[in-house]
Amino acid sequence: MTASSVRSSNSSAQDSLIRSVDRLLPLVGVLVLFGVWWLIAISGFVNPVLLPTPIATIGTLITGILTGVMLPDFIATVLRTFSAFLMAAAVGVPIGVALGSSEKLYRSMEFLIDFFRSTPASALIPLFILFFGISDFSKVVIAAFSAFLLIVFNSAYGVINAKQSRILAAKVMGANRWRVFKDVLLLESLPQTFIGLRSGISISLVIVIVAEMFIGTEQGLGKRIIDAQQVLNVSDMYASILVTGILGYFLNMLFLLLEKRFVHWSGK
Amino acid sequence: MMINSLTSPTIAPPEHFISVQGLCKSFAGQPLYEDFNLDLPNNQLVSVFGPNGCGKSTLINMISGLIPIDRGEIWIHGKPIRRAKIGYVFQNYRDSMFPWMSAYDNIAYPLRVKGMAERDCRDRVERLIQTFNIRLDLKRYPYSFSGGQQQLVSILRALVAEPEVLFLDEPFSALDFETTLFVRDKLQEIFMATGIPMLMVVHNLEEAVFLADTVLLLSKRPTHLVEAVPFTVPRPRTPDTLTSAEFIEVSRHCLEIFRQEMRK
Ligand SMILES: Nc1ncnc2c1ncn2[C@@H]1O[C@H](COP(=O)(O)OP(=O)(O)OP(=O)(O)O)[C@@H](O)[C@H]1O
Ligand SMILES: [Mg+2]
Repeated sequence: MTASSVRSSNSSAQDSLIRSVDRLLPLVGVLVLFGVWWLIAISGFVNPVLLPTPIATIGTLITGILTGVMLPDFIATVLRTFSAFLMAAAVGVPIGVALGSSEKLYRSMEFLIDFFRSTPASALIPLFILFFGISDFSKVVIAAFSAFLLIVFNSAYGVINAKQSRILAAKVMGANRWRVFKDVLLLESLPQTFIGLRSGISISLVIVIVAEMFIGTEQGLGKRIIDAQQVLNVSDMYASILVTGILGYFLNMLFLLLEKRFVHWSGK
Repeated sequence: MMINSLTSPTIAPPEHFISVQGLCKSFAGQPLYEDFNLDLPNNQLVSVFGPNGCGKSTLINMISGLIPIDRGEIWIHGKPIRRAKIGYVFQNYRDSMFPWMSAYDNIAYPLRVKGMAERDCRDRVERLIQTFNIRLDLKRYPYSFSGGQQQLVSILRALVAEPEVLFLDEPFSALDFETTLFVRDKLQEIFMATGIPMLMVVHNLEEAVFLADTVLLLSKRPTHLVEAVPFTVPRPRTPDTLTSAEFIEVSRHCLEIFRQEMRK
């Protein structure tokens, strides 16, 4: 009724408008990208055979999804990525935590881990082909190997950097070595372990796609991209690339959500 | 006669809750304590005050068995450290609580470590929080409480296993003024109710005197005990204590000695 109450209700409506506009901000970059893409595509600078318009690409993507022609490739890639990740995590987390809980053990393995972490995993593909052939298993193993290194490193690091004061607190309350390990070290390392797991699933996807391209396979997004490129089916190529991007993005989101749920104390 | 004189020292209750003899400790070849002796009378709240880096934390960490000593003997109620039941309150509650456990699980942790049955744990914790009239929702995680409440939870955790001595390393230093008053009053209440002897490092002279029966004044490195100053105003001590003649006199005396030490 009074002027001030009118103004406040007005400003709260404004606030909620601002908030909903804020939420749309991430879309701005996307629209800019599509705009620039579209301009380049219709300008004629680039051969239209090499660069379809974004509308044509998204059209291909949507029909690809609706008709399900991309589905077998998508599923194959997701399955490989997850099997590689699960293998890596099942072996990597326990080994990392064990390495981290003994300073000597970690120091003796540190160089090896750092060395292989610095070696591009794609450089090892021929070696893995020698050992495991061009089977499906081969692609999974090499992706698992790369993820394993990241996971081991991060888990070990998390344990090494556990807060000394919490370990002391547990000891002074009478905890023996096993309880300190299980009640303190493991949980202290969890935030860092999750960083390892998140990087692990990302690298798994990267290596699976590369392996699908170069080792060859019946199905998989990597193969789909390279096949489309070979026959100059560019809109299918771009659409497949977008699918891998979307897949990677959602895997990352999934792990962020899991982290928030299981490591509720992180950053507090 | 002979037998009697041999056994009587063990039968008579020790008159010191902490007794330190010939303690030596050095870091990297630099002596911190050399032949340090200390006897703290039973049932007292003793605070430790001294210049920065003189080894206050190191002293209570050695007495509580958290860090090893080079030489000497430490007795708690006439027993070696590893046979004594102690509680320890850390300076930084944030880094000493377990944020993955609820406040309740944090408090019950020392009991669980000892293998106590779940029901007994719950009874113990219940009794503890009722005794001190603490109204906190213990299902919440420690980080969701205010600083003072967190330090209170960590004091409860140190008390739950009924220690015979409580060690506190600067328990107020991470708290603001208002919460310091709150935690300090709770601590006095706990001391009056349980009579557990306490050894507390304090970095503020007024805090050191206010709660204490005895204030230990330490020197610069290599560290020795300059004086053990008694403060005998009856409890409970209140804001009025701060303006009492005895408080002012004892604080002045401590400050005097501290100044002299700093000039050396
Ligand atoms: N682990 C260690 N290695 C080497 N020197 C140490 C170690 N711990 C403590 N010191 C040294 O011993 C001295 C006493 O340290 P301590 O932490 O006990 O002092 P303090 O009186 O508690 O200091 P403050 O007032 O800062 O809390 C300091 O000079 C410190 O540098
Ligand atoms: Mg200190």
